[in-house]
Amino acid sequence: MSQSDPWAVSRRSSQNAPAPQSAPTDGAPVHPTILVIEDDPQLQKFLRVTLASQQYKVIETATGESGLRHAANDRPDLVILDLGLPDLDGVEVTRRLREWSTIPVIVISARGREQDKVVALDAGADDYLTKPFGVGELLARVRVALRHLAGSNPETGQAVFEAGELRIDLGRREVTVNGQPIHLTPNEYRLLGVLVKNADKVMTHRQLLHEVWGPGSGQESHYLRVYMNQLRQKIEPDPARPRFLLTETGVGYRFRLTS
Amino acid sequence: MIDRPDPDALLADIQQEERRAARGKLKIFFGAAPGVGKTFAMLEEGRNRAAEGMDVVVGYAEPHARTDTEALLLGMEILPYQVVEYRNVRLREFDLDAALKRRPALLLIDELAHTNAPGMRHPKRWQDVKEVLDAGIDVYTTLNVQHLESVNDIVERITGIKVRETLPDSVLEEADEVELVDISPEELLERLGEGKVYTADMAERATSNFFSKGNLLALRELALRRTAERVDAQMRDFRREHAVRSTWAVSERILVCVGPSPLSARLIRSTKRLAAGLNAPWVAAHIETPASLRIAEADRRRVDNNLRLAEQLGAQAVTLQGQNIADEVIAYARAHNVTKIVIGKPEHPRWRELIMGSVVDDLVRRSGEIDIYVIRGEAEEGEVQTTDISHRPEPADWRGYVAGIVAVAVTTLLGWPFQHRLGFENTNVLMLYLLAVLWIATRYSRWAATLTALLSVACFDFFFVPPYLTFTVADEKYLILTFPIMLITALTIGTLTHRVKAQAQAARHRERRTQTLLALTRELAAARTIDQIVAATVRYVGQVVDAEAIMLLPDGERKLHPQSSSSAAQKLDEKESSVAQWAYEHDQMAGAGTGTLPAAAGLYIPMKTSRGTVGALGIYFNPPEPGPPEQRQLIEAFASQAAQAVERATLAEEARAAWERVEAEFLRNTLLSGVSHELRTPLAGIIGSASALVETADRLTPESRGELLDSILSEAEHMERLINNLLDMTRLEAGGMLIKKEWQPIQEVIGSALRSLDRRLTGRAVNVNVPPDLPMVNIDAVTIEQVLANLLDNAVEYTPAGSAIDISAKAVPGQVIVDVTDHGPGLPPGTESRVFEKFFRIRPGEGRRGIGLGLAIVRGIIEAHGGKITAENRPQGGAVFRFTLPVINPPPPRLPSTDSQHKQDVAATAG
Repeated sequence: MSQSDPWAVSRRSSQNAPAPQSAPTDGAPVHPTILVIEDDPQLQKFLRVTLASQQYKVIETATGESGLRHAANDRPDLVILDLGLPDLDGVEVTRRLREWSTIPVIVISARGREQDKVVALDAGADDYLTKPFGVGELLARVRVALRHLAGSNPETGQAVFEAGELRIDLGRREVTVNGQPIHLTPNEYRLLGVLVKNADKVMTHRQLLHEVWGPGSGQESHYLRVYMNQLRQKIEPDPARPRFLLTETGVGYRFRLTS
Repeated sequence: MIDRPDPDALLADIQQEERRAARGKLKIFFGAAPGVGKTFAMLEEGRNRAAEGMDVVVGYAEPHARTDTEALLLGMEILPYQVVEYRNVRLREFDLDAALKRRPALLLIDELAHTNAPGMRHPKRWQDVKEVLDAGIDVYTTLNVQHLESVNDIVERITGIKVRETLPDSVLEEADEVELVDISPEELLERLGEGKVYTADMAERATSNFFSKGNLLALRELALRRTAERVDAQMRDFRREHAVRSTWAVSERILVCVGPSPLSARLIRSTKRLAAGLNAPWVAAHIETPASLRIAEADRRRVDNNLRLAEQLGAQAVTLQGQNIADEVIAYARAHNVTKIVIGKPEHPRWRELIMGSVVDDLVRRSGEIDIYVIRGEAEEGEVQTTDISHRPEPADWRGYVAGIVAVAVTTLLGWPFQHRLGFENTNVLMLYLLAVLWIATRYSRWAATLTALLSVACFDFFFVPPYLTFTVADEKYLILTFPIMLITALTIGTLTHRVKAQAQAARHRERRTQTLLALTRELAAARTIDQIVAATVRYVGQVVDAEAIMLLPDGERKLHPQSSSSAAQKLDEKESSVAQWAYEHDQMAGAGTGTLPAAAGLYIPMKTSRGTVGALGIYFNPPEPGPPEQRQLIEAFASQAAQAVERATLAEEARAAWERVEAEFLRNTLLSGVSHELRTPLAGIIGSASALVETADRLTPESRGELLDSILSEAEHMERLINNLLDMTRLEAGGMLIKKEWQPIQEVIGSALRSLDRRLTGRAVNVNVPPDLPMVNIDAVTIEQVLANLLDNAVEYTPAGSAIDISAKAVPGQVIVDVTDHGPGLPPGTESRVFEKFFRIRPGEGRRGIGLGLAIVRGIIEAHGGKITAENRPQGGAVFRFTLPVINPPPPRLPSTDSQHKQDVAATAG
């Protein structure tokens, strides 16, 4: 961890290792298994080659039905799912998967179909990739998803998040920038807390509204935007070009802890 | 006199020829009286045609139980009759629709002059026949001479019987063939006696009334003469068509003056015969003077009927307006090369002419080279009375009379103290009475003024002429001078005042008509869309008549559809629609108050232009009765104005569509050449680099390999941008771009746009200046982010590396304005608005890549948000792109359950 890197993270599970490994104590395999449900041969090849190079075990299938069978039989650690499958709607696959499993799902969608992503995320997908995407983006998403799998229990999750000047101590309910305590309203704090606990993972507007204001407040996303704006004014060094509280336009927000 | 054929006449011939070619041929079997064998001749000829293999159908035959005629019907296809129930009588009628559906080559229809049962499409059979002919079907039919309109009065004089079933002479004149079926009166009477024409007892009655030998001789002469006239006319036509140097008379044109008098009808018929004899076109003119504007409703109807009669007889009917009848007639006659004027002989006594002047004298004196025919009229009571439905007396203006009495009483009361207390001369009181008459005359009718005048004289005598309180007069000079002069003065004042009033009213009336038409014309000229035209027309019709209007315009299959969902549209049921459709297809008025489907609720006026009929205007009068003719003329004028406006709008639309096609063609070409080039260039790089990697991998240094890979990646990314732009443009134009608006702070969108261009903005200062209290905007974040990204990308592309870019936003009432400003060379002058056009590129070549869609997409997105975008150069250098976003009713920026309720500091709690 170099000092000049503003994205240096103080977490135990460092992201510098080429292959993210779940701690053996979790019972997860050393080489996580990834199920790729993708019908385009070129993209399939790209995913296979890239993921295999990172020591992941890859299971491939081209249809939603067989994908669901593989998910049940082979027990993968992560599913990468294309939303445009020939047989089943990707959202439907996610929904059926979520009936019995909490395995992380990353959906792949085409550009300009933000609504599809939101539906898939609200249906239980963990993250998304927009075609076309590069290796860096793919691996970052995979790592985040596997990390959340490892620490899926928030109680045992980590309490202190540190990125650059920003330090958030969930245990002590304390937020500081450059060591200066920042005054947050309860709602602002709750919002920041939800985002930080799901660090590097996208959260839809709906999910955030549910988490912060409780169920039944799914439509007033403009309030959420107002709080987000206020939060940025308080913790971002340059609120106009946020570094931590990123907007996933048309989808939601992502708290960026790693680069 | 040697003359060349008039080109107009030749053109008319050609047009008539063309019309004839498309129409079916009409052959009329023409006879002097019933029983001469017309039906027989027609059926025989029909059989012959059928034997020659022609598709012949009997549309309607009235055998009158004549056995030899019935024999001819055997074996022929007979169209089923349409049975119409009317007042519990079952009437057999010719079935027009069945005939049009069957479409034979030749249709035999008996009794051309027949009047249809009420409720049929046309009141008269000849109108049915006309429609059959228009459909291109040949028709054989029969006609007796007494049914011709122009000889109607002669027949009445000969036989003493008024024939009510008449048809316009033009039907006979326009027939392609007329065959005279003629037998001698003796033979006819013989056949009648044998019961071949009517059954025995009917024959008895018929003989005594109609079939006298004298009558038959006269009718036969009429029929022969009409046939001869026709032959003569054909001869003339032939000469005109074929002989270039033959002689013919100077073309004559006749004008007949038509008034409300019942005599005018006879005048019209006489003129028709005169015109037929001279083979001259003729005009029936009615002159509207201020005086004629206050004629009774019944008279007005008679004028209308007379003009219609003239039109039926082939005249052109015109209504002229002016102060003096003779002046107007002469002026019109000179302007239209009229050679003969026909006018009725005056019937009023001579003294009236001495005072009022005589129209006939005036005409004769001023006519110059125009011949004047003065014809004695003979009242045709029957004719007029049948059409004269309303002979309502004018509503009694009792208020005028009461006011007159009151005025006289008040004057008397006023005058009494003046004369009897103050000792004024009674001539002063007389002035007061004249004042009262004047007052009544200005406010009420002429009759009220007359009553006031009479009462005034009486009261003056009674109260103010000694001996007082008696009608006896001591001084005789009152009786000889004062009373008559007072009465004449009072009456004259009354009449003059009233006339001035009437003239003013007439002027106002005309003024209003002109104004309304002018206003409509103006509004229609300004109207751009069909909707505006429809709205204006409907509104103006509603202003001038107590009626609802609806406009019907055709679709691609010439089927009419109502253009608004007003209450009038609800009246338009299937039956009414079919009437409108008929009017549109036949280019003729139909419905209430016309000769076609008069039972309909609405009047349907075809909207004609020089290029054809563009639709129909439906009028629903309230009460359902068509108004006076000038009202109808006004509505027709409206229809014609609206037609032109609709045509103009349609043409503009067509022109626009054509232009769009041209533009689309141009765009396609630009797209094909520009886009294919732009897409191929990165592909060339990708293929080149990739093949180098595949084929010469072992000979490449790691650095060159890295360079090639970098180039593949960046070229592919560039291609992705191009394709995304193309797709976005296509979506925008197809209306398929999803705009999902949500209220949000613009800061957030600016932030994500900056992040998406992070790499491209490296090394540049980006100054964002957004006030924290800026209201939220209702936008689709995805597309607005793209707008900002495209603008930033543009700024990066067109300004020197390292120069700063500014983004600022500010609120003004109703909108938020966002500026993206660069510090580069600015836009070339004159391109400020063109940069938003599709495929427009500033200085193409110069190493910049792109297809000129980025800013077009930006404009499309901003406009889809209801905003505007402009570009300009700043005085201090650099270009500024400015777009606006409407802000209407932004939501409150806080949740209802605000933090303020438990405004506790998190850090404080923790600490």
